[in-house]
Amino acid sequence: MIQTDILIIGAGPTGLFTVFEAGLLKLRCHLIDTLTQPGGQCAEIYPKKPIYDIPSHPEILAGDLVTNLLAQIAPFEPGYTLGEQALHLEQAKDGQFIVTTDKGTQHKAAVVAIAGGLGAFEPRKPPLENIGQFEDKGVQYAITDPEQFRNKKVVLAGGGDSALDWTVFLADIAQELTLVHRRNEFRGALDVVDKVQALKDQGKINLLTPAEVVGLEGESRLQNVLIKQQETTQKWHTDYFIPLFGLTPKLGPLATWGLAIEKNAIKVNNALDYQTNIPGIYAIGDVNTYPGKLKLILCGFHEATLMCQSAFKRIHPEKKNVLKYTTVSGISGFDGSRKEASKATIKTIK
Amino acid sequence: MSEINITLIDRAQKEHQLLAPTDMALNLMELCKAYELPVEGVCGGMALCASCQCYIKSDHTLPEKSEDEEAMLAEAFHVQENSRLGCQIPITPNLEGLVVELAPEE
Repeated sequence: MIQTDILIIGAGPTGLFTVFEAGLLKLRCHLIDTLTQPGGQCAEIYPKKPIYDIPSHPEILAGDLVTNLLAQIAPFEPGYTLGEQALHLEQAKDGQFIVTTDKGTQHKAAVVAIAGGLGAFEPRKPPLENIGQFEDKGVQYAITDPEQFRNKKVVLAGGGDSALDWTVFLADIAQELTLVHRRNEFRGALDVVDKVQALKDQGKINLLTPAEVVGLEGESRLQNVLIKQQETTQKWHTDYFIPLFGLTPKLGPLATWGLAIEKNAIKVNNALDYQTNIPGIYAIGDVNTYPGKLKLILCGFHEATLMCQSAFKRIHPEKKNVLKYTTVSGISGFDGSRKEASKATIKTIK
Repeated sequence: MSEINITLIDRAQKEHQLLAPTDMALNLMELCKAYELPVEGVCGGMALCASCQCYIKSDHTLPEKSEDEEAMLAEAFHVQENSRLGCQIPITPNLEGLVVELAPEE
């Protein structure tokens, strides 16, 4: 069981900055995220896109914002449970919350801060009517163990980075690799596109464009995909079909935790501290809603700051707390590091 | 201030008459959100998701698809000949009378 002060669900900008504000109050944090890297949408959807409304940054790339936040919170040594989805919430007899992930990792904390953005990222699944019946029986949406495809027939679909990267990677592993995409143009790093072109020219992969997988066939597991190219549809024997169409956020299991939800977002007390209808559980950033809500990173930072003050009072009801300015007090990390303004130098004029 | 009329058909085939200002730098996805229609706009308008995909039902001349929009539509689902991403269609005076239908949710 992982024990912490504030358990943060969602490692996007708002969740990450929560670690900093909590750290100033000497509260420790642990983050859970379904993605395997921190940064949320900024890292997953648009790392190379600029943001222009972060105060004091006339322009910053979303990926750089995440890098900077990670550096800023590093002294407060947050824990991470990445690549796992917060699935289940219960309140223990001592009033603390226990959150269990889909992989069974348990976390305990007095305060839960949901900074889940638009939800947990899930693979976009093509709308093939029987696809559910073949999931883990030939159909999968991510590649965790490339070795499972050794000497197998594999069909990949998609036209972005992950489809291209995996095509290059699996070309030497799979017995037969086929990449299917709806157009001839691919959206990926130029050198990877060139590599895929070379693999095609050498006859090491099948590249079917413009084409689309329109059906799946099999008994107990997947045996064929139906590939439509121009007006003809052909049956293509394969062991695996891996659609790689990126990820999309879904509110998911959070919706079943008894939280008040409105328009796919969690209702909070914005006049006070962004607490939900369950005392001790807060919702900050894009995941919450209240009158006048704006889904902006800078608003998430503000919400995280106020929320941490409230969390402190909940965790240490007996302690007096006064707002400190970092310029005055400096920053003492849990890692023993210390940052502070340099002292004035005094020199006498005789 | 000038406004145009847009007919939006939702996923239950219900028609909504939308009054759209042309001087607010809005796009079709944002207009739908302003009317609280069920358009998620996950990526915020970067043509990086397909949650604002719609079908153009009238024969208006629309701006050409950008490379980003073409690429996203090539990976979207339920795509038809008249599919567009709402976030890539600015509300301009020449769209008076536009009729659009929301594509199914993924």
